[in-house]
Amino acid sequence: MALFDAVLELADDHLVLGHRLSEWCGHAPMLEEDLAMPNMALDLIGTARTLYDHAGRLEGAGRDEDALAYTRGEREYRNLLLVERPNGDFAHTMLRQLYFAAFMEPYWQAALSSSDSVIAGVAGKAVKEMAYHIRHAGEWVIRLGDGTEESARRMQAAVDALHPYAEELFEAGAETGVLPSREAVRPAWEASIARIFDEAGLRAPSVAYPQTGGRQGLHGEALGPMLAEMQALHRAHPGATW
Amino acid sequence: MTQTTPLWEVFIRPRNGLSHKHVGSIHAADEVLALQAARDVYTRRGEGNSIWVVRSADIFASDPDQAGENFEPTADKVYRHPTFYDIPDDVGHM
Repeated sequence: MALFDAVLELADDHLVLGHRLSEWCGHAPMLEEDLAMPNMALDLIGTARTLYDHAGRLEGAGRDEDALAYTRGEREYRNLLLVERPNGDFAHTMLRQLYFAAFMEPYWQAALSSSDSVIAGVAGKAVKEMAYHIRHAGEWVIRLGDGTEESARRMQAAVDALHPYAEELFEAGAETGVLPSREAVRPAWEASIARIFDEAGLRAPSVAYPQTGGRQGLHGEALGPMLAEMQALHRAHPGATW
Repeated sequence: MTQTTPLWEVFIRPRNGLSHKHVGSIHAADEVLALQAARDVYTRRGEGNSIWVVRSADIFASDPDQAGENFEPTADKVYRHPTFYDIPDDVGHM
């Protein structure tokens, strides 16, 4: 059961962030980003699907990927608070993406040698996707941070708003020896963020009270409405296919 | 946006050994973001393994008004095509 919970946490992170990114589709500031963000969303949702499928098999209670994604309520979701944060402006979205990808890339690197063949398989694909997400989001963070007065102000505002959610990335959660240690990923994450912030001229604020609770199902008020929208179709037409 | 964000032409090489081919254009602030935008817009279905981007302003194009003087004079010079020449049978394969 411990591995089921751990895989579910990972799957929830990917689905929730993927759905958040997909909300930009048709609303991005430029056509190029209108394609780039859904591309990244599809990377995340693809990973989530494999993980939910795997979790369903580990649980052995007959729940498939759709049952896990569409019929659990907010309190049953185990995702990080960071990934459920509303999109905000483009600076917030790029920073959230950078924080997550800069964590997942070294995490998947470590997972390549996992004894669980599904996890190792997901890692092989995801490690390249996360490397691109770091690059894409990182280059934007640098340009906005080191751009105009207005873009620098808004980029720093995003850092101030989201940094309190970073610590939760390293929280142990339902970890097992089959998956990498989250704490062990911290040096790589900090090095990536420091390099990008240095180029961008951004300052990470000191955080007295890190925001956590996602792994226990204690979420912010923004997750409920997001899940309601995401799950509405499946709940209205259970089992529908197209 | 067109006034502040430069336009770039995108060239993709479908696979090793072929040439880069023009596929379209994108907006981006600089060459790094231009390559990312080209990747995101034009390689979503496995179209290639190499991307070039060139600032559209750096391309110097022939004037359509001069198309007549540029290209029509070649129309009646059929002897420039190899198929114009009869090859004697005993030459064999060339």
